[in-house]
Amino acid sequence: MPKSKSAYSVPTKKQKSDTYIFVVWVDNEAGVLARVVGLFSGRGYNIESLAVAEVDAVKNISRITIVTTGTPQVIDQIRLQLTKLVPVHKVAEFKREDKDVIFKEMALFKVVGKRNKIEKCLNACKKFNPIILDETKSSAVIQITALRREIDVMNKKLKPLGLISTSRTGAVAMTRGAKIFN
Amino acid sequence: MPKLLTGAEIVFKCLEDQKVEHIFGYPGGAVLPIYDELKNHPSIKHILVRHEQGAGHAAEGYARSSGKPGVVLVTSGPGATNVVTALTDAYMDSVPLVCISGQVPTHLIGTDAFQECDTTGITRPCTKHNWLVKDINDLSKVMHEAFRVATTGRPGPVLIDIPKDIQFAKAKYKKPNKEKKLNGKSHNKFSQDQIDELVKLLSKAKKPIIYTGGGVINSGPKASQALREFVELTGFPITSTLQGLGAYPGDDNQFLGMLGMHGTYEANNAMHDCDLLINIGARFDDRITGKIDEFSPNSKKVHIDIDPSSINKIIKVDLAIVGDVTSVISKINKTIAKRKNGHSKSNKSNIAKWWEQIEKWREKDSLNFVNSDESIKPQHAVQRLYELTKNKDAYVTTEVGQHQMWAAQHYKFNKPNRWMTSGGLGTMGYGLPAAVGVQIAHPEKLVIDIAGEASVLMTMQEMSTAVQYNLPIKIFILNNQYMGMVRQWQELLHEKNYSESYSEALPDFMKMAEAYGCKGIKADSPSELDDKIQEMIDCDGPVIFDCHVDPNENCFPMIPSGKPHNQMILGPNDQEENKIKGKGKALV
Repeated sequence: MPKSKSAYSVPTKKQKSDTYIFVVWVDNEAGVLARVVGLFSGRGYNIESLAVAEVDAVKNISRITIVTTGTPQVIDQIRLQLTKLVPVHKVAEFKREDKDVIFKEMALFKVVGKRNKIEKCLNACKKFNPIILDETKSSAVIQITALRREIDVMNKKLKPLGLISTSRTGAVAMTRGAKIFN
Repeated sequence: MPKLLTGAEIVFKCLEDQKVEHIFGYPGGAVLPIYDELKNHPSIKHILVRHEQGAGHAAEGYARSSGKPGVVLVTSGPGATNVVTALTDAYMDSVPLVCISGQVPTHLIGTDAFQECDTTGITRPCTKHNWLVKDINDLSKVMHEAFRVATTGRPGPVLIDIPKDIQFAKAKYKKPNKEKKLNGKSHNKFSQDQIDELVKLLSKAKKPIIYTGGGVINSGPKASQALREFVELTGFPITSTLQGLGAYPGDDNQFLGMLGMHGTYEANNAMHDCDLLINIGARFDDRITGKIDEFSPNSKKVHIDIDPSSINKIIKVDLAIVGDVTSVISKINKTIAKRKNGHSKSNKSNIAKWWEQIEKWREKDSLNFVNSDESIKPQHAVQRLYELTKNKDAYVTTEVGQHQMWAAQHYKFNKPNRWMTSGGLGTMGYGLPAAVGVQIAHPEKLVIDIAGEASVLMTMQEMSTAVQYNLPIKIFILNNQYMGMVRQWQELLHEKNYSESYSEALPDFMKMAEAYGCKGIKADSPSELDDKIQEMIDCDGPVIFDCHVDPNENCFPMIPSGKPHNQMILGPNDQEENKIKGKGKALV
């Protein structure tokens, strides 16, 4: 038996990790984002993407959407630890595969090149509601909304067509139908 | 038009309304307006420490021994950074602290001003919550909320950072709001169904064990009362974590002693073999569980805790009851009593065999050690200290290391709030300032810090505080010239390479006592030990007791890292046996 020289126990078998989306309603006060993000980094949780903005100016409520991966036990802990933070009002989480929830990310692509290349780019983006936000003779800024992995794909596809810069938001989420997060 | 008060006045108004009697602090540039106001508030006594870490630990000792929140007042910059260790310690052990720190004036924040630091940034991960007050109109609300956050739910430290200009600015004072609302978070979330389910489990169990923790102490004296009734009603064996000692009488026959890394043989084996494990206010800390995969493999597990995030964090449980320990146990007791009226069948007979097994484990006498006539064995010193003080309702604090474990093993506590030790963070240097705080809260009681010579040197300067306020704390140093626990691990796991664990050039503690203006006592041999301890107890001022003990003694029993509960190393006698069987080595 190999000797353990640690004062701590050795790590045990890891369970399977899944991707989850957390939606957190918080008081929009100074430092609140640092509290949420600090909780993740301090406890070794992962953040894939993050989107945050005030959604209720009267009640001063911000809505934070965090995409994270973890084992079921870690996901439970994330929810419970978030709930403990004083400025947090409520926390909802769901699996990425959840069919009852829409989640979207927005990306801005800057393409530089000849007209026909830009046309090709627009064509490639057709599925994702492309909007041209700015256009010159030799460039265009194209906005699309899509899933994270679709944007990843587009990012690769447009590179040879003159894509020189990408800017993207984190995912935001909303339930389908009349239901809201509880 | 109501009278306008300065920020400094508002701070004291709030402290008065929160019934604060003592604050531990150290002045500095950014809190001078608050210190200036101190003289106008005779109901609040300020205790001047010698280092801000000492203020934090003293406030912890005060809080843990009295059940009231400890209040700390420090200046900006180094004042705030020095208190970080104590805040983290309080966070780990769930101690209610309210720390007020001064900050540079608001217009200088962010300019790297003199004694500026990002206090709320630094303390964010080690407090339950913190506030930087940038508007004088928020101050009274924030102060009251701080006390509420610190003391409700699972208690913990909070910090309020007040810039100097806010201390001068004027506003109306607002009384505390009686309405208790923490974003709709209530603490008792359990239902009668869950209680019924638990009672059903109780009646079916053949090999049950109750495992209690600091949550019972934090829930107040009523929780300990309810726990004692519960244990009596069920007849179940009970073990406790380091922090839970005193919730149940340490000398009672149903008590199996402490569990975990340095817990007793019977407690750990009972944890491993049980079929029902009831965790009350403990958190399955890694010093308790040992190897997670093999932790109590055949038991139904019940977890009662006020903090939902403690549940299923480390160990998956079958039944979780989220609530305050007092309310939950009282409810359980009532439910059991009701059932018993129907049919007086008790399950005490069910568990008779279990008790037989436990008695067999007990015969191992795992806390035993080989005593000596020549040198003082540290365990013997703690036992003698216990025997000579057990009728005095003593309050005991400790530092961190071997002496701490020996104190936990050999000093028996019968009441809650008598035992103050740094468990979660394991802060060397905790005990002496904590003793200062305990003595402030209980001026007439005997307060002893069972210390190690390495730990106590980390916060030795607080002796000066003890002398200034004539606090008769007794610093009982088990002096083995080593960082004993480090030396023990090096002996057992690092081939006796005692790398940097021996303290050369230790001070003469007798002369140190003299220099601080308190009494020094030294004991070298077992024959003089009792008389010297008695001399310490009889002294009405602070004492530094330098007890020279065998430097090579190890703390047993012990579960080595990464091992389950049923693979313990026992004392030197057992090791001989193990050597013959060739098992000893594998166990390390």
